[in-house]
Amino acid sequence: MGATVKAVTVREGTPPFAFSEAALAECRTIIARYPEGKSKSALLPILHIAQSENNGWLSVNAMDAVAQVLGIQHIEVYEVASFYSMFNLHPVGTYHLEVCRTSPCMLRGADDLITHLEKRLNIHVGETTKDGLFTLKAVECLGACGYAPMLQCGAKFHEHLTPEKADALIEQMRAENKRQNYTDR
Amino acid sequence: MARKLLLEHIGKPGIRGLEGYRANGGYRSVEKALKTMTPEAVVDEVKKSGLRGRGGAGFPTGLKWSFLAKPPGVPRHLVCNADESEPGTFKDRYLMEFIPHLLVEGMITSSFALGANLSYIYIRGEYFYVARILEQAIAEAYAAGWLGKNILGSGYDLDLHVHIGAGAYICGEETALLESLEGKRGNPRIKPPFPAVKGLWDRPTVVNNVETLAAVVPIVNEGGEEYAKLGIGKSTGTKLISAGGHINKPGVYEIDLSLPAEEFLMSDEYCGGISGGRPLKAVVPGGSSVPIIPGELFLKTAKGEPRLMSYESLSDGGFASGSMLGSGGFYAYNDTACIVRSTWNHTRFYHHESCGQCSPCREGTGWMEKVLHRIEHGGGHMEDIDLLWDIQRKIEGNTICPLGDAAAWPVASAIRHFRDEFEFHVKYPTKVKDPNHFAKEPFRKEVKMYA
Repeated sequence: MGATVKAVTVREGTPPFAFSEAALAECRTIIARYPEGKSKSALLPILHIAQSENNGWLSVNAMDAVAQVLGIQHIEVYEVASFYSMFNLHPVGTYHLEVCRTSPCMLRGADDLITHLEKRLNIHVGETTKDGLFTLKAVECLGACGYAPMLQCGAKFHEHLTPEKADALIEQMRAENKRQNYTDR
Repeated sequence: MARKLLLEHIGKPGIRGLEGYRANGGYRSVEKALKTMTPEAVVDEVKKSGLRGRGGAGFPTGLKWSFLAKPPGVPRHLVCNADESEPGTFKDRYLMEFIPHLLVEGMITSSFALGANLSYIYIRGEYFYVARILEQAIAEAYAAGWLGKNILGSGYDLDLHVHIGAGAYICGEETALLESLEGKRGNPRIKPPFPAVKGLWDRPTVVNNVETLAAVVPIVNEGGEEYAKLGIGKSTGTKLISAGGHINKPGVYEIDLSLPAEEFLMSDEYCGGISGGRPLKAVVPGGSSVPIIPGELFLKTAKGEPRLMSYESLSDGGFASGSMLGSGGFYAYNDTACIVRSTWNHTRFYHHESCGQCSPCREGTGWMEKVLHRIEHGGGHMEDIDLLWDIQRKIEGNTICPLGDAAAWPVASAIRHFRDEFEFHVKYPTKVKDPNHFAKEPFRKEVKMYA
C-alpha cells in the first residue's frame, strides 16, 4: 500500500522463474478477456498466477516474466506489485495465515486470537516460523465481519475461530504440509 | 415478515446453479427486457423505482445511468463494483456466493439498458473463491445462450468477465477501481471527467455496486413503481444489511427501508439483541467510514423520534446527532468495548489503505494513528484530543477521493460523542494498560461533584 512502503527484493540470489505450460495457457485465456491493445489490464490476475507458481511470493524474476508475457516494462509490474497487499515481495511460509484485525473482528476477539497464534507458533506478527511452515500476518478487513474472528489461508476463509479451533487448524496444516495459494480451486 | 426481493430464493435446492435458478423464475428480467423493452424503457423503470446506489453513496442509479455519454462508434462499458472492503460490510459476498446468477442476470439486463457489449465484475482479491463461483455461473450462462452473440435472437451481444483485484480498499472508489482494472496502481482520478464520460480505457463507463445491479432484476420484473412502494420516502425498496459486532445474531439481513432501528437491533428476526445481554454503547450503522453514534442516538433521533433504517432517518440531525446508512455495514458495541481502541483501529485501517496520492490523507491518517495509539496505550496528553480534532478537520474535503473524509469522520464523531472516554485514558493511564480494559470494568462517565 502507498502508506506502508514495500521494497522490491533484489534480483541476486533469487531462483530463476518460468511459467509452466498450464499457467501460460491460463494467462492467454485471461488476456483474451480484454480488447485488443488493452492486455495490460490482465496484470493483476497474471501476477496472482505468477505468485502461485513461485511458492507464494513474487521475486524480481517472476515479475520480469510477467512483464514479458504482457509486453510491458518491468517497472510497470513492480509499481503495481508493490501497491497491492496480496502480493508478497518476500518469501512466505507454506501456510500464510492472514488474521483480520479490523474493528468488527476486534470487537469479537481478533486481538486475542492474534496473541494466541503468536504464542502457539512462537513468532510475532510478520514473522515466519523457523521450519518455514507458517507466516503470521495481521490484515485489514476481509469481509467476514459477521463470522469473526477469522483468518484467511490461500483461497480459504476459516471463520468463527476460537483458540481451540485455531489449534486444531494448525495441527491439521502441520500434518498436511501443502502450500495454499489464492488461486487454488 | 418483510418482503424479500434479493434473498427470497437463497437456500433453495440447486439455486446456485443455472437450472435451479431458472426453476425459481431466474433470467425473466433478461427475457422481458430484450424481447419487449427498449434500453431507454429499462432505464426509465430504474428511474421510477427510485433505486439508490447500494455501495455507500446512495446516488440515484437511474440518474447515474442517464449521465452515460453515448458518442457514436465508441464502446461503452458496465463495471460491477464487487470490491467490497468497507469494514463491517459482507453483504455482496453473501449474494455472490449463494445466488451468483442473480448478479449475472442483473449485469445482462443492465448492460442491455446501457448499450454495453463488454462488461466486467471487479471483485476483491480476497474473494478468490467467490470469483470462481461467479466464473462458473458465467460459463453456465454462456452455454445456455444468456451471454455471447445474439442473446435470445434479439441481436444484442454481451461478453461478461470476472476481474480479480489484489487487496486494496481504495479500489472500491470507482475511479481507482477503473485504474486497477487497467492494470495500474489504484490511485483515484481527479473528477471531472466522470467515468460516465471517460471511464475504463477512456470510454464511457458506469460503475455500480453488486447489490444495485441485483436490485435491477426485481425492478424490471415487477416494474419500477411496484419497487418504489417498498421503503419510505426517497429510500425506496429493500436493502441488505450485514450485521456484526456485539449482537446475538450476526449475519446478512434484507430489510424494508422503513424498518425501525430498534426492531432491527432487538428483534429475533434480525440482530436478536446485544450480546451478553449488556447495555448498548454505540453503533456504526453503515460501515466504518460513517460517524459512530451513541446507542441512545441510534434508537431515537435528537428530536426524540424513533430512528428508521432509511437513508434520511439515519442521517437525521447531520453529523451532530446522526450518521449514515452507507453500505449497510452495521456493527454494534456493548459497554465492554473501548471507543478509543476502536477509533485507533479504524485509523490504522485508513492509514494502511491510503493510496498515498494526497498529502492530507497520506500524512494525516498516519499522524492520527500515532496519536490514538499513544492515548489508547496510556501515553496520551489532554492536548492530543484537540490535536486529533485539528488533524481530522484538515483532512476532510482536502483530498481527491472520499477516503480522506472516511478517515476523518470516525475520529470526529468519536471525540464528539465520547470525549470523556478519551479524557479517561489520559487521566488514568494505568487503568487502560490491559487491552481489554473495559471488559472487566465498563467505562462510566465521571460525575463531577460541586460544593
